[in-house]
Amino acid sequence: MSKKNWPLFEVFIRSRQGLSHKHVGSLHAADARMAIENARDVYTRRMEGESIWVVPAEAITASSPDEKDALYTPADDKVYRHPTFYDLPDEVKHM
Amino acid sequence: MEEQNMMQRFDDYVADNKKIEPKDWMPDAYRKTLIRQISQHAHSEIVGMLPEGNWITRAPSLKRKAILLAKVQDEAGHGLYLYSAAETLGVERDELLEELHDGRAKYSSIFNYPTINWADIGAIGWLVDGAAIMNQVPLCKCSYGPYARAMVRVCKEESFHQRQGFQIMLNMAKGTPEQKQMAQDALNRWWWPSLMMFGPTDANSPHSAQSMKWKIKLFSNDELRQRFIDMTVPQAEVLGLTIPDPDLKWNEERGHYDFGEINWDEFYNVIKGNGPCNKQRIETRRKAYDNGAWVREAAVAHAEKRAARRNETAAA
Repeated sequence: MSKKNWPLFEVFIRSRQGLSHKHVGSLHAADARMAIENARDVYTRRMEGESIWVVPAEAITASSPDEKDALYTPADDKVYRHPTFYDLPDEVKHM
Repeated sequence: MEEQNMMQRFDDYVADNKKIEPKDWMPDAYRKTLIRQISQHAHSEIVGMLPEGNWITRAPSLKRKAILLAKVQDEAGHGLYLYSAAETLGVERDELLEELHDGRAKYSSIFNYPTINWADIGAIGWLVDGAAIMNQVPLCKCSYGPYARAMVRVCKEESFHQRQGFQIMLNMAKGTPEQKQMAQDALNRWWWPSLMMFGPTDANSPHSAQSMKWKIKLFSNDELRQRFIDMTVPQAEVLGLTIPDPDLKWNEERGHYDFGEINWDEFYNVIKGNGPCNKQRIETRRKAYDNGAWVREAAVAHAEKRAARRNETAAA
């Protein structure tokens, strides 16, 4: 038998209208159409979703955990991006 | 970063209850232990389909057939979640299945016992899934992210399994004397193997300490076994069935049930491959895999044809 393994797909599900798709897991399938059908069978058996995305795992480019520090340093020293950085006089109740 | 620094960071992370994710650095031994643990767990899910599958066509009503079918389908799904989690550690699913089929990999010994009457399906749901839940709930908080997330999904689905098993037991225990006897017989046969599901005693579980340090095991075997017994005894009372252990009694001082000696010879014997159904289970698995080969190949051929046709249309 010629060994041709089914490629890996990552599965994303929108649980209900108005929410974004969220990664739920992965599965193997011969192609994207089959991946959608299999994703329906394993990841939405209890009405967990109303829209499915499948993405070939090899098509995903991910940041590397090793560069975590370098990658996120630019945001590190900008506390003024958060509303709590600003002092308001007590008289201002809501802002 | 140097290996030593990375090790330090890993240890701090785990100690801090932070999750390790697939691309994070991890010690080889952690990776290997996880692959073994998660794949064994996955194998248990799919081999676990077999004793129950035995009853899908024989379940005593259409409703029960449909429910059992849904349950067995869940087990397949659990297997998939777990194989996927194992694959994030850099193994191929086919390698894992090969290890199962040629006997290198283990799965939970409980599935090497036969299901000889309908009440066995009740006992499996009630006791075996009950024990599995006891083992699995803590794993939702384990240190490896993909494993923990898979366990959250599994546990959500597993509680239906335990209840459907308990309901079967309840119906039979409240039925005719013959039905009640069948339920009692199933409890007699499944009780001790269920207790063995928690693994050897702490004193005989050499890898537990390391696994607990790594937080891929959060409670000891004996601790979980005790919890299971304490939870299950009152349920057996509701059923009006007798747990087959003359030494079982409430210990006021400990606040737990005392229980009799587990037959560890039987446990190790079944692990070694000499249980009532070991050979049959693996044969069934192998046959299913081999007989499915043409389907997997056909799916690939079909996908290739579809892709080629798409390309033609695009080119035209």
